[in-house]
Amino acid sequence: MPRLGSAQRWAVAAGRWGCRLLALLLLLVPAPGGASEITFELPDNAKQCFYEDITQGTKCTLEFQVITGGHYDVDCRLEDPDGNVLYKEMKKQYDSFTFTASKNGTYKFCFSNEFSTFTHKTVYFDFQVGEDPPLFPSENRVSALTQMESACVSIHEALKSVIDYQTHFRLREAQGRSRAEDLNTRVAYWSVGEALILLVVSIGQVFLLKSFFSDKRTTTTRVGS
Amino acid sequence: MAAGRSLWVFGPWPGAGLGRVVRTLLLLLWLASRGRALYFHIGETEKKCFIEEIPDETMVIGNYRTQLYDKQREEYQPATPGLGMFVEVKDPEDKVILARQYGSEGRFTFTSHTPGEHQICLHSNSTKFSLFAGGMLRVHLDIQVGEHANDYAEIAAKDKLSELQLRVRQLVEQVEQIQKEQNYQRWREERFRQTSESTNQRVLWWSILQTLILVAIGVWQMRHLKSFFEAKKLV
Repeated sequence: MPRLGSAQRWAVAAGRWGCRLLALLLLLVPAPGGASEITFELPDNAKQCFYEDITQGTKCTLEFQVITGGHYDVDCRLEDPDGNVLYKEMKKQYDSFTFTASKNGTYKFCFSNEFSTFTHKTVYFDFQVGEDPPLFPSENRVSALTQMESACVSIHEALKSVIDYQTHFRLREAQGRSRAEDLNTRVAYWSVGEALILLVVSIGQVFLLKSFFSDKRTTTTRVGS
Repeated sequence: MAAGRSLWVFGPWPGAGLGRVVRTLLLLLWLASRGRALYFHIGETEKKCFIEEIPDETMVIGNYRTQLYDKQREEYQPATPGLGMFVEVKDPEDKVILARQYGSEGRFTFTSHTPGEHQICLHSNSTKFSLFAGGMLRVHLDIQVGEHANDYAEIAAKDKLSELQLRVRQLVEQVEQIQKEQNYQRWREERFRQTSESTNQRVLWWSILQTLILVAIGVWQMRHLKSFFEAKKLV
């Protein structure tokens, strides 16, 4: 081994230890994750794609629901970085799909309303990547949790699922309300429309019938002779 | 000396070269995790709208970051400083509560004062067509609502809370959010019930009216035709 100066040796040793410490710290800290919950409008004949960079081995969940519009259905497609289709469903109202990322890269999922000619839809999706980021920076996570803290953690998880159920309930209620309001306007227009049609048709019938028996008949018989 | 220098590049001891590779990988991992958010592409004049249905007095924080496609390097680079995004937020009554222009990287916050569907719309403010050159703008977006919008590190520092106190504070915030949502749910269910009852009423009155119209029209038709045939001496 060639001889190094003392300063160089120190720098090299510091670099080596710093690297190890960084690796240790990053190994302790779980991969940062999170959830993205977005409700967006999808116009007719449109396709909207979302992308996310995911590291290998992360467990991800994609959940979507159509809230308003038409028959409340949408096409959904999820692709991995190489373009392989992991999930593909046509005209679905609601679905949930869990997968583990097999490779690093950009995953893409698209919602398509291309089959619809004039209804635009409102779509909600929740894309959960990995675990939620921890409340505390890494230093405290290495020690064990006390009983109080673990009770707090389990309450937190239970409340998260309560909020999750609430969100689903809110979406179903929004969907039901959208249908009810549609029905209400349709009933209003239909009532007025039918009243007008009835009046027009019955008055027209009477005048048409009268016209069959009117004096103009004499002109038509002359044509035959 | 040349031999010494080449050894220095690869490291004078076994495993040191690997250390450099590992360091680069770790740096890349850190960089990748920094920008962790969903992203989508937006055209030049396109306006993308997102809807948040939230109870009142709820804070919403949105973070976005834009990138422009660089044709020469064939990758996405952070956008030029001149390119900004115009953010517009409308409340359930279509009243604008936030309409501001932010730079290529921004953070917008608003608190709802009425419960309901708030609409957040984003579009770029670019006026020069050549800037996009037919490409798309990549927008990284992250919207946090209610309890998720809280910055617990800041709260812990400001109120000097211990670990346990911070966890309990988080639970309290979560429960408050659940409570607000339940209240909002009750208000919405009432609206839904009103709509259904209005439909019910309309259908009921319409059926009665339709029967009356039919009977009246029938009577009028017969009387009118009878008088017409009597005048024509056919009856």
